[in-house]
Amino acid sequence: MRSLSIASGVILCCATLTGCGLVPSPAFLQPTPPKGLRPLTGAGSTFDYPLLSRAFYDYYNEFHQEVNYQPIGSGGGILQLVKGTVQFGATDVPMNNRELALAARTGGAVLQIPITLGAEAIAYNLPMVHHRLRFSGPLLAAMFLGRVRFWDAPAIVALNPGVKLPHWPVLAVHRSDGSGTTYIFTNYLSRVSPAFSRIVGTGKAVLWPSGVGGKGNAAVAELVQNAPGAIGYVELAYVLQTHMPYGVVLNRAGRYVAPTLRTATAAADAFAELTPSHFSIVDARGLSSYPICGYSWVVLYRHQPAVRGHELRRLLTWLVTTEQARASAVDNVPLPAVARRLALQQLGRMDD
Amino acid sequence: MRKVSQRLADRTFTWMLRLFTFSLFALLGTLTFQLAEASSQAWNRFGLSFLNGKVWDPVRGVFGALPFLYGTIVSSAIGLVIATVVGVSVALLLTQYAGRWVAGPVSFVIELMSAIPSVVYGLWGIFVLAPWIRSGLAPALNASLGFIPLFRGQIYGTSLLTAGLILAIMTIPTITAVVRDVCRAVPDELREGALALGATRQEMIGLAVLPFARSGIVGSVMLGLGRALGETMAVTMVIGNRPQIVASLFQPAYSMASVIANEFTEATSPLYLSSLYEIGLCLLLVTTLFYAMARVLVWRVERRARGTLL
Repeated sequence: MRSLSIASGVILCCATLTGCGLVPSPAFLQPTPPKGLRPLTGAGSTFDYPLLSRAFYDYYNEFHQEVNYQPIGSGGGILQLVKGTVQFGATDVPMNNRELALAARTGGAVLQIPITLGAEAIAYNLPMVHHRLRFSGPLLAAMFLGRVRFWDAPAIVALNPGVKLPHWPVLAVHRSDGSGTTYIFTNYLSRVSPAFSRIVGTGKAVLWPSGVGGKGNAAVAELVQNAPGAIGYVELAYVLQTHMPYGVVLNRAGRYVAPTLRTATAAADAFAELTPSHFSIVDARGLSSYPICGYSWVVLYRHQPAVRGHELRRLLTWLVTTEQARASAVDNVPLPAVARRLALQQLGRMDD
Repeated sequence: MRKVSQRLADRTFTWMLRLFTFSLFALLGTLTFQLAEASSQAWNRFGLSFLNGKVWDPVRGVFGALPFLYGTIVSSAIGLVIATVVGVSVALLLTQYAGRWVAGPVSFVIELMSAIPSVVYGLWGIFVLAPWIRSGLAPALNASLGFIPLFRGQIYGTSLLTAGLILAIMTIPTITAVVRDVCRAVPDELREGALALGATRQEMIGLAVLPFARSGIVGSVMLGLGRALGETMAVTMVIGNRPQIVASLFQPAYSMASVIANEFTEATSPLYLSSLYEIGLCLLLVTTLFYAMARVLVWRVERRARGTLL
């Protein structure tokens, strides 16, 4: 009995001490580091996660260097970069001046590199409608503001002559979690509708005047698929893989355009100038441009210690060049020339 | 010699127990302190109007917690009312009526239910429960009880009612298990005495079982309340996530735990983050408040029960 209580005491003590980091845990408990190279660490955007996790898997196979990426959200990624716990962050919206100033105090200048291009589809649930529905920016704004309340409203019928629409209430489904997807969508609606800009505005999380919210692309897609009369904005790759019906959207040139890899690239190409402070590419000019698109970014410090910096540059250069060819295979839009140029130019400024 | 080492071991062990127990207090204390510190910016900016503010607009930097307080409390209340009625009934059936061949499997199912992760309940809620509420339950409630404002308005499927039902399903196992154990502990003399006086089985439950089990029932509801107030994932998936206060249970709402889970990762401005921390602090305070109230209730019930029984 006595030896039992002593033994249990010793075990408990050991457990506490190891837990506090006072005593190093035995070697067999630690993960074996890969031969030669230390792993790189990054954190941030959940939107980039499917793309990055696949890319980093490819990278490991090619270069035998591990990259740990934690999808904790764009805001978290920026915060971790500033705190110095990760070597790069990934964010759906580039860092603004206030964030850059904060980062400058701890680690100096920040480089922002576009790594992927995304488009958002307008998905809906009207089982009896077999035509692909047409939407315009002002109509979408009115629907998400709760001003167009039924599917057979004149505003919808006017764009879709000949389509028989039911007298069903419109249920606008939005993202409830803060996300770059919401930022791009509200950025677009604010651009095309003064009322939306005044009442809601642009942001990763906004105050929606109507509808319901779902956490993540998956939940928005589920809500749309399960509620007749629902409409929502969902990542293009997600819509293509789940085969949900989605609409075409009127662009600035007056054409109705479906979201595809080609029309998203056309929208990006319409902006000859791309910088981290002029990053918005919604409502693009051009006949075949899809109007609801946006870039996602990797952020890192310009000054890096020698070996680390070299490794980071190799990783990111590979990510914006070689790896992009594989993007379309999984319904991601490959990076257009203008963005690749910016990315390589930024990487060229790295000190290491 | 043996005695000395024994005493030393004994003393070490006691001190270790004290240390671990005290660490719980320290943990809660630092947690509260850190939440209060992190939320100080929101507190300085909004003061008390944070608690009764109805607008939550991250774009304009206006933050009020009332819709989230409302959503958390009302959804938990719906869940607890249903779960208490069902849970106590099942427990009474298991202990007073059912034979062993029924009680065994039912108990097993109930214990299994409490082991299901909440995200699974959430998925089930979004795929099965919400569509059923939209096309079955809510129209029926509207047709029969539509004269009450609670059961009026447009029906979406994801709503306060859906969240309440999910919480009921999730708290039923907790309440049933505790009440079952309490009812089993009722001394046979009491039950036999009631029956010997000519009471029917139903009267016996009212006379002997329920008074004895009262404090246990209140305690089980407390445990259920703890689960309901803090439940995040399942509620987030079915409540609709719109910060509003409306009388209709068919309308979407929002809860405190859900808004933290939804918005914390992408909240970048310091005031926004601080407001989310303050929501966390509110949740902690609400939970503490309800626990304290339940504690007082248990205490009073126990005192009264002692007066009547003995």
